[in-house]
Amino acid sequence: MTKKDDETQRVQYLLDIEYHYAAGELATRFFTELKEAGRIMGMRCPECQRVYLPPRPVCGICFRELEDWVPVSDEGVIVGCTVVHLPFIDPMTGEQRPVPYGFAIIRLDGASTSIYHFVDETDEKKLRVGQRVKAVFREQRTGSLHHDIKYFRLVGE
Amino acid sequence: MPRRVAIVSTGQTKHRAKRLDVNIRELITEAVTRALEDADMSMKDIDAVMIGNMEPFEGFLFPELWAVEGWGGYLKPSVKFNTGGTVGTTTAIAAYYYVASGIYDVVLAIGFEKQSEGHTQTAITTVGDPIWERAIMAGAVGNFAVMASTYIHESGVTEEQAAKVAVKARRNACNNEYAHLQMPDITVEDVLKSRMLAYPVKLLDMCPQSDGACAVIFAEESRAKKLAVHPAWIKAVATAHEQQYMGDSPKRLAVMRSQIAASRRAYAYAGITNPRKELDVAEIYEVASFAELAMYENLGFCERGEGGKLIDAGVTEMTGELPVNPSGGVLSTNPIGATALIRVAEAALQVMGKAGKHQIDGVRTALATGYGGNAWTDVMILSRDL
Repeated sequence: MTKKDDETQRVQYLLDIEYHYAAGELATRFFTELKEAGRIMGMRCPECQRVYLPPRPVCGICFRELEDWVPVSDEGVIVGCTVVHLPFIDPMTGEQRPVPYGFAIIRLDGASTSIYHFVDETDEKKLRVGQRVKAVFREQRTGSLHHDIKYFRLVGE
Repeated sequence: MPRRVAIVSTGQTKHRAKRLDVNIRELITEAVTRALEDADMSMKDIDAVMIGNMEPFEGFLFPELWAVEGWGGYLKPSVKFNTGGTVGTTTAIAAYYYVASGIYDVVLAIGFEKQSEGHTQTAITTVGDPIWERAIMAGAVGNFAVMASTYIHESGVTEEQAAKVAVKARRNACNNEYAHLQMPDITVEDVLKSRMLAYPVKLLDMCPQSDGACAVIFAEESRAKKLAVHPAWIKAVATAHEQQYMGDSPKRLAVMRSQIAASRRAYAYAGITNPRKELDVAEIYEVASFAELAMYENLGFCERGEGGKLIDAGVTEMTGELPVNPSGGVLSTNPIGATALIRVAEAALQVMGKAGKHQIDGVRTALATGYGGNAWTDVMILSRDL
């Protein structure tokens, strides 16, 4: 039987952990291009011609190794979007991320797959599927997709 | 050929936001005890244990260890599963594989989660690849919201149609003694007016976080016939994985590649050509109201773009042609590591005629699905007929 609300003693634990992940060879090359030239690079499958962003070593659909790097545009189209109102912990800082903010799945021109990024728009009527957007780069770049591209802004209403 | 396998019994805990009366091991024990008692069995009858849970939510490894030993699991074969939202179906399918292959005759599958003890949304954020995705992650809600926007764009479903799914779930849950959110008086307007989490997803469009556990016992044919009056025979299982990054699938919810692949493989294996006509009930893993409508389309219950019309027509209500989630579904009860196993247990209860107040009359064939990880799908089809 389920006992109702007769609470047992609780024990509290606090964890404050730092992780350091290896980005690997392909991401390191991607981030170097982004940081030094402000260029976004994808990788093309020699069989299906899909251009993958993020870059990866293998096309999972054709099971072919990818070798060709191709630049993709810093402009693209929104394929999914939202305005987030629920406060979340920012995984990069551990602090609460200010709300509301725009958040979208963006397919950059020249890429076959999409990336998730911030959009500088919190009006739900303007932030919509099919809307074109352009990357806004930071002056001081560190080699990070979500830092060096500050956010995307709406273009060509 | 695989051996014939059936589910012979199930056990669930009372699911709640906080089960402060028990620790994790006591929670698991509650479900396992009910499953064993349901078939008048003891741990001596169990050959192996499959156990599923998402440890990052609770923040410690192997919380189940004492529990298995405590029921007599010492030196028994055991495997642990950790596959996100699909963990419960992965665990069930593993139990099926072991029995179907002839390696073991009777296998216990367990799923559990005690979300009140950890940080679910923070843990879900770590699903995002740390190099490419994590910085942007906004828990499950943000991800479902962007996917919902694509689905709305493709299919034209409305927030009202999604709200009807949320209402159906919480009303159905009132007939399920184990369900977490039971809301007999909930209305479409309540859902539409509930707090906006991430447009267009509102508080009542989302699943809750629950504490709970589920246990399901699988047996080969001769044992199954002795252990249950009407065993729930497994007709097909299928799993399918997506590509690695969240933006790889072109239309996410609108076109769920893994759900299409897994369900069509399972239907073909079970000889089902028209799922809406041939299935009598479905227990699907609908983490958000919009997702259930999209799943109607991706599971082939209706044509593409018709998900909203299906709920409008009442097809998936308790009294409809194909009731979906008579238990109240994930929208009512969501202890993540148990959630997909609850779908399997509830589908089995319907087939066995043991679903009590939420029993659908005359169920012969039932569908259970799991969904999660990175848009992965598991499918199991159960039948009253051997």
